[in-house]
Amino acid sequence: MAPLGRPCCDFRMTSILTYTFKNLPSTSKWALRFSVRPLSCSSQLRATPAAQTKSKKTLAKPNIRNVVVVDGVRTPFLLSGTSYKDLMPHDVARAALLGLLHRTSVPKEVVDYIIFGTVIQEVKTSNVAREAALGAGFSDKTPAHTVTMACISANQAMTTGVGLIASGQCDVVVAGGVELMSDVPIRHSRKMRKMLLDLNKAKTLGQRLSLLSKFRLNFLSPELPAVAEFSTSETMGHSADRLAAAFAVSRTEQDEYALRSHSLAKKAQDEGLLSDVVPFKVPGKDTVTKDNGIRPSSLEQMAKLKPAFIKPYGTVTAANSSFLTDGASAMLIMAEEKALAMGYKPKAYLRDFVYVSQDPKDQLLLGPTYATPKVLEKAGLTLNDVDAFEFHEAFSGQILANFKAMDSDWFAQNYMGRKTKVGLPPLEKFNTWGGSLSLGHPFGATGCRLVMAAANRLRKEGGQYGLVAACAAGGQGHAMIVEAYPK
Amino acid sequence: MASRAIGSFRRFPASKTLRCPGYICRNFAGSSALLTRTHINYGVKGDVAVVRINSPNSKVNTLNKELQSEFVEVMNEIWASDQIRSAVLISSKPGCFIAGADINMLAACKTNQEVTQISQEGQRIFEKLEKSPKPIVAAISGSCLGGGLEVGVPAAFDMMLTGRNIHADRAKKMGLVDQLVEPLGPGLKPPEERTIEYLEEVAVTFAKGLADKKISPKRDKGLVDTFYLTELTSVAMGIPFVRQQIYKKVEEKVRKQTKGLYPAPLKIIDVVKTGIEQGSDAGYLSESQKFGELAMTKESKALIGLYHGQVLCKKNKFGAPQKEVKHLAILGAGLMGAGIAQVSVDKGLKTILKDATLAGLGRGQQQVFKGLNDKVKKKALTSFERDSIFSNLTGQLDYQGFEKADMVIEAVFEDLSLKHRVLKEVEAVIPDHCVFASNTSALPINEISAVSKRPEKVIGMHYFSPVDKMQLLEIITTEKTSKDTTASAVAVGLKQGKVIIVVKDGPGFYTTRCLAPMMSEVIRILQEGVDPKKLDSLTTSFGFPVGAATLVDEVGVDVARHVAEDLGKAFGERFGGGSLDLLKQMVSKGFLGRKSGKGFYIYQEGVKSKNLNSDMDSILASLKIPPKSEVSSDEDIQYRLVTRFVNEAVMCLQEGILATPAEGDIGAVFGLGFPPCLGGPFRFVDLYGAQKIVDRLRKYEAAYGKQFTPCQLLVDHANSPNKKFYQ
Repeated sequence: MAPLGRPCCDFRMTSILTYTFKNLPSTSKWALRFSVRPLSCSSQLRATPAAQTKSKKTLAKPNIRNVVVVDGVRTPFLLSGTSYKDLMPHDVARAALLGLLHRTSVPKEVVDYIIFGTVIQEVKTSNVAREAALGAGFSDKTPAHTVTMACISANQAMTTGVGLIASGQCDVVVAGGVELMSDVPIRHSRKMRKMLLDLNKAKTLGQRLSLLSKFRLNFLSPELPAVAEFSTSETMGHSADRLAAAFAVSRTEQDEYALRSHSLAKKAQDEGLLSDVVPFKVPGKDTVTKDNGIRPSSLEQMAKLKPAFIKPYGTVTAANSSFLTDGASAMLIMAEEKALAMGYKPKAYLRDFVYVSQDPKDQLLLGPTYATPKVLEKAGLTLNDVDAFEFHEAFSGQILANFKAMDSDWFAQNYMGRKTKVGLPPLEKFNTWGGSLSLGHPFGATGCRLVMAAANRLRKEGGQYGLVAACAAGGQGHAMIVEAYPK
Repeated sequence: MASRAIGSFRRFPASKTLRCPGYICRNFAGSSALLTRTHINYGVKGDVAVVRINSPNSKVNTLNKELQSEFVEVMNEIWASDQIRSAVLISSKPGCFIAGADINMLAACKTNQEVTQISQEGQRIFEKLEKSPKPIVAAISGSCLGGGLEVGVPAAFDMMLTGRNIHADRAKKMGLVDQLVEPLGPGLKPPEERTIEYLEEVAVTFAKGLADKKISPKRDKGLVDTFYLTELTSVAMGIPFVRQQIYKKVEEKVRKQTKGLYPAPLKIIDVVKTGIEQGSDAGYLSESQKFGELAMTKESKALIGLYHGQVLCKKNKFGAPQKEVKHLAILGAGLMGAGIAQVSVDKGLKTILKDATLAGLGRGQQQVFKGLNDKVKKKALTSFERDSIFSNLTGQLDYQGFEKADMVIEAVFEDLSLKHRVLKEVEAVIPDHCVFASNTSALPINEISAVSKRPEKVIGMHYFSPVDKMQLLEIITTEKTSKDTTASAVAVGLKQGKVIIVVKDGPGFYTTRCLAPMMSEVIRILQEGVDPKKLDSLTTSFGFPVGAATLVDEVGVDVARHVAEDLGKAFGERFGGGSLDLLKQMVSKGFLGRKSGKGFYIYQEGVKSKNLNSDMDSILASLKIPPKSEVSSDEDIQYRLVTRFVNEAVMCLQEGILATPAEGDIGAVFGLGFPPCLGGPFRFVDLYGAQKIVDRLRKYEAAYGKQFTPCQLLVDHANSPNKKFYQ
């Protein structure tokens, strides 16, 4: 109980309770419970105030294994319909896995488990993690599963891995994500599918003919997957536009933010900072070496675009939204002692994380606002402690609406049950190497990119804590603390 | 021509036919107000004037006299100002633009001329708005009805006639509106507030665009255009012969729908005709005059009376109950039980539906699902909303969870011993505060509550079938029912969207008791040899929505028999007339009405036209009685039915079953289909004259005896012409 320090806030009782549980001698049960159900207990780790001001503490927890990121890579993120357009999702995922193997030289047989996130599933490879792993030459004895949680699918893959390691079930996990928007499953209509299935079962010619006689031309109209909420039927862009309007975010502000993202991404690319990108020799095409969606434009050019969703007066346009992207990412995470035993110099610790969810209609994209204070409080940090913010940029309007929500006492009091506002992340620490608006956003793969960007920025700039946050369809959100591994 | 950015139209019981002036506007914090007025104000944003409408001390904005002059003033200023190039009209009230004419203002008018004058003043403004040299954008959020809609819209035929409520996206499709603004969620202020602000921003941009000629005011071709403005139609309308044919067709259709009982739609056709044939000035003049005439008709008074009655019956005069009902349980998953469940779950009440058998329960659950799914088909709900609403329903065969119930509504068969059994079973499992409500149409509540350990918690809630369509709920209190129990029942009923009357206990309560003597007369008339089809047409042409014979089929012959028997015992000869044997024989032959496929008519799935059930001929022949020629004219037949109804209703007031005449009128119109154009039995006595009704009753009394003896209260009203149910 030593690190508990002086109890000085509302968390006192819960902390004590939590620690009591965690100190139970049972090997894994409680620990597992902690790591997979982070929302249910508030784990408060408070150093004494004096220690806090002198030097930053580490976020290690007693009796819980430290989980580290050895390294992570991604394929270049490409506008969909470009170089990856003839591939299948597991091809791109395999490229990321091969890149990771090359980068880390990890022996395939030490990998205990593989988890990938994806959103729009290719029906032939519904467990894309397994297909990609087999193709990449991982042992057929290494199990793999696929998770889906909209734009935070890769985050879910990583935190699932964290849970497996922290609970002692695994030592080495590969987590990643993939999305291929160049090809999406377009289905026959339900009526057509029903007829085809019934035809399968029909035994006589008469039965077949009678089924066929029911055919109508409208059976042929296909069903397209939409980036729309199932519960509300509203497309995400439409919701983002309403969100921007609710927070009075202007078109100009949105265009300016998008321009910032593209400019910073361009700079990072030119300076070679995007070291997580690995080249990918696409069969039948040239080797792809860099992201192709980074296109800094001018405000005048951007102002000419018409609104994409709410016409004619909306503010969300193609230029201030993230674009449909193909790409994959992969990351090697290990128990700290395992990584050290294998001689690795890890890049970062994966620390506290939270998942949040709220109204999928009117607060669809406000996940970061809700998740940020929660994860900071869980880790015993404040906004000021964070050196690198990496937020997922779905739309400029969404980022700016989140900023306004985080900066509003009224919103905090009326919707978050907080006394005061969350506070505004300083822009000079925020997505300084670009973001989803400019680098691209393959839904299932973005989470790993965010974590690697935070880890690499901390290494480069010498900070200690990174905060990753993202919103996702379904009105969900996620945040995680990344702590730089001491050099 | 003006354009508008709009939110949503909502239900409001004022009809488009009330065309009246007067606008209510108010200042807006933040914009630079040029002038401060009591009700209307406007600010200027750039070169756009923003006129704000806000009736003080009222939830809705209505068009009334006082505010008219202020509106004219403001508009004149806007037209005169050099700095202003366009204007936006907007309401400061979330959810209401202008709900129509102020009914009280119309009711206060004593003569046609007064109303005509009001109408003319309104027309002048509308005309000016229409011809405005500066673009005017109406930013509408919420209900916009009657005169409110005319702020910038040239009148649309279809809407004028039916006073329909149109949903926002439909309005856009019809071409009534140009742009839709979707409501916003939470931001830096309450969502409603920010939505109006946003609506205004969009409207201002629009107005600017129109003034700068960057946006063309031309609308998508919608239904309105196809009716009014498309080239083809206007060419066709240019040919007098075609025009005459169109007038004729419309008139025919209207006559068929209204049976000539509602004068307004026909006058509207007249007005439109005048406008087209003789030019708009003549049209406007004719409109204001006809409007004046209409406002003075009995029908207008009857309908306005119903409106006020309905407003009254949408309030809980018993105050807030001590404990809000959050968990509801319904016993019996039959037609009524499932119907009650449907109107409860879709208002967010957690509801248990319990039945004795899995098959019965399944049927009830399916009924609820179908009711919700039909709304999905009509796009009133999304499939997701349907699913989450349906999740509020728990179907079960046991009493699990009843320990949490705040109210139990039983809707089991109309059998006293069965009701006693479930009451005792339920009381063993429910908490102390739980209300036990019985849904019965005739069994006296005090007989049901006789076996209760806590009669103060027992109450009657009489729903009408189909529950999701019929607006009325009749709540029955016994002498032992506590006030809090009543408050609780009314609160639940209001939540279910019902119009509620609260009556005292007694055989048949109010509604069933009024209906029974009329039904008895229906049987006698049939026995006298009047064809059911003829009888149906006589009743519908009097204004009843459903013919009398059809009504028996719809209610169910067995139910009608039950009620006739029970009430016959309770009230004796007065409820006599037709022979109960007719119903008994029908029941024995299985002619139970629509539910069994046969009654007076034959009902077949998918067959719309109704054919008479020829097997009824022998039954009717065997019970035939000779008609009395002095009281058997068509009119006499109609009045024999109506006067028995009215006499019984007045007797209910006399005996204190009813608390107020208004509740009597609402109950009769909304529960039993008493002709709305007559305003209900009490309004009918006032408008038609008590003396004339008593005279008729005496005439029928002479022919048939006691069943037509006018009750004392009615006689009192006839004797002193100043006595009115509505002063």
